[in-house]
Amino acid sequence: MNTDKVDGIIKKYGKEQSAIMSILQDIQSEYNYLPREALEQVSKKMSIPLSKIYGIATFYKVFSLTPRGRHLIKVCLGTACHVRGAPQILEEIERKIGIRAGETTGDLKFTLERVNCLGACALGPLVMINNDYYGQMTSAKVDKILKAYD
Amino acid sequence: MINLTINGKKVSVEEGLTILQAAEQMGIRIPTLCYHEAVVAYGACRVCLVEVVRKGWPKMVTACNYPVQENIEVNTNNEKVIKIRKLVVELLLARCPEVKEIKDLAEELGIKEIRFKKKNDKCILCGLCVRVCEEKMGITAIGSINRGTIRDVATPYNDNSDVCIGCGACASICPTGAIKIEDVGDIRTIDKWNTKVKLRKCETCGKYYAPVPQLDSLKGKTSVTEESFKMCMDCRRKKLENTMINAKKSKY
Repeated sequence: MNTDKVDGIIKKYGKEQSAIMSILQDIQSEYNYLPREALEQVSKKMSIPLSKIYGIATFYKVFSLTPRGRHLIKVCLGTACHVRGAPQILEEIERKIGIRAGETTGDLKFTLERVNCLGACALGPLVMINNDYYGQMTSAKVDKILKAYD
Repeated sequence: MINLTINGKKVSVEEGLTILQAAEQMGIRIPTLCYHEAVVAYGACRVCLVEVVRKGWPKMVTACNYPVQENIEVNTNNEKVIKIRKLVVELLLARCPEVKEIKDLAEELGIKEIRFKKKNDKCILCGLCVRVCEEKMGITAIGSINRGTIRDVATPYNDNSDVCIGCGACASICPTGAIKIEDVGDIRTIDKWNTKVKLRKCETCGKYYAPVPQLDSLKGKTSVTEESFKMCMDCRRKKLENTMINAKKSKY
């Protein structure tokens, strides 16, 4: 882990304790997760007890304490997507990449997450990979879409 | 002064008091679990819920952190309050069926059966341990982690804490006895925090008497002499007695 990078992120926000969320978000986008050493460094540099930072990092779902894959797949299981067959799509993705929702593949390629609403119900069932939306999903489309990511 | 009514009685109390404190002054008991006068009230256990009627509108509030207001009407014991308090205690009892303090409260309220799925927990997540560690000890070795049904209190990563001073304030303030401290030989173990700290040996009698990090953190904060930090309480007392006796002897 590069301690200078974390220092740079902290510097950007100027040690203001209220900036902790932004700092954690930046660290997460740098490493794809929150490495323990980074949190310890933030704690020391900003004089915030590690237990508090750990509390924040475990409270919010966007933060991950374990390494995540290069591509984040979010399968929407909100009401609208759910009734249009989202569970089958999730199952199909689970089968294809061999992990369950909430897990990361061994080669750190994919992380699979189920979410409760992506806010685009008209497009349901919806799958989001990184920043791309795939609307009107079907199990048949899964394979082809996943192949576009490496 | 603030004028309000509690259980039909008109009272006038100091501004800034909470409903709990005002009721206490009148000799009205409101049961609590997560309240402790040493730390800032938190309103987590919900046992102290009371009804407040303000401008004709009733609502349920936690008495421990609700400040008294002009002309409010507080009910601590009416049918609605008792019904809700019973439900709260029943839920707590379902979570911690073996905890004496909760069992006693349940008995007092006449709760006979638990209608919810039982767990066998001891911690009610009231946060007293977290609050005392932060506010009073200034350590913040523990904190709330996760949220929702998997919320818990723990050290970072559930690891042995390297900042915990082993003082045991968390265990002594815990209302349900969920935190156990065990001293064996020169090691103090706080199981819930997966934490072990070293104890110091009394230089006079050889007894292990207090955690090393706690004594170190107290240095410079009290007027106790450096020498006294190397002695257990008993030996310190004895030494003081001797000094006093000797002083007396030399006087007469």
